[in-house]
Amino acid sequence: MGELALIFIGSVLVNNFVLVRFLGICPFLGVSKELDTALGMGMATTFVLVLSGAATWLVQTYILTPFGMPFLQNVAFILIIASLVQLVEMFLQKTSPGLYRALGIFLPLITTNCAVLGLAILVSQKGYTLIQTIVFALGTGVGFTLALAMMAGIREQLQFADIPKALQGAGIALITAGLMSMAFMGFSGLIAM
Amino acid sequence: MNSVRREFLKGLWDEHPTFRLLIGMCPTLAVTTAAANGLAMGLATTFVLVCSSVMISLMKNLIPKKVRIPCYIIIVATFVTIADMVLAANFPELHKVLGLFIPLIVVNCIILGRAEAYASKMPVFYSFIDALGMGLGITWGLTFLGVVREFLGMGTVFGAQILPATATSWVIFILPPGAFFTLGIVVGAMNQINYALARRKRERATGSITAHQAVQG
Repeated sequence: MGELALIFIGSVLVNNFVLVRFLGICPFLGVSKELDTALGMGMATTFVLVLSGAATWLVQTYILTPFGMPFLQNVAFILIIASLVQLVEMFLQKTSPGLYRALGIFLPLITTNCAVLGLAILVSQKGYTLIQTIVFALGTGVGFTLALAMMAGIREQLQFADIPKALQGAGIALITAGLMSMAFMGFSGLIAM
Repeated sequence: MNSVRREFLKGLWDEHPTFRLLIGMCPTLAVTTAAANGLAMGLATTFVLVCSSVMISLMKNLIPKKVRIPCYIIIVATFVTIADMVLAANFPELHKVLGLFIPLIVVNCIILGRAEAYASKMPVFYSFIDALGMGLGITWGLTFLGVVREFLGMGTVFGAQILPATATSWVIFILPPGAFFTLGIVVGAMNQINYALARRKRERATGSITAHQAVQG
């Protein structure tokens, strides 16, 4: 139990996927202009991360490793993720149109979010068990949502700031992210990974 | 010939993937801790981009429109696996440093972006030129960021000591926050240069008009 808690806290704060590992930067810069959309994107990504983490773990453990096909890892994982995202989209559309309307536009984007594929590959490198994988994926999703929501909050305020013309938009967003990343470095002593 | 040159050059400045379009950010920020790493990552991405653009352009009439994205992803993933294995076999140390970000070239938005926006519509030769220009754009971008960060963070460039070893180096620049700061400032600087270029162009244009009017008057 303690180990699972460590994995969770480690993936939310210490090794935050966005600010420390640089995974999932595209949505972090692209979808962080408003708090509501940022939360929607974060939730959709968390959902897909947990599902795809479990699915790729199962495929890796029961298909790729026993049959000696680790070289197919990249191709297999990306196909699993792409079809899973499509499946989730169709399932949500049928069963809960409300949630689909909230998450719908973000779902196709998640296929090319490197956090999802990065998580699958990291898990296979670290040799986690299924439970550890799910906790790790959940922590990663929460960490991603946290970073996205904080960034959106800051950017909403930035609209009223007097920023040099050349830095408006992407430039100031990157510098803000740098300051946030610096703050997150403070967590690095929290647990020894 | 002129259009070929334009297609090639646009990736190097006007539509620079990293600094202007801000796509493919993850490897850009993560691996540019040293100039050599940036160069290696840039070349690996160029290889995948050129090969998959040519392949997609060759197969554009065979691939049904509805399943084109999965087909593109499989083509890209195949070339990424090739790059991954070649690097692992020949440059094991480099492969270790770049690590996770080699397989992640699959989901680099630049590659699918060029496939969807360009290679799936254009003839093979133009796709090749476009991919080569974009690839070299990424390569110089990543190498430049690597040089700046390595110089500020460790006082070296490509491993060669530039600053005297006694000088205080700003270690923050090779840590994650430094990646964001460097890229943010470079993007700002590039915008500033483009404003200056546009202004000069406009001044020259208005200047020639007034000269023309003066002649007519």
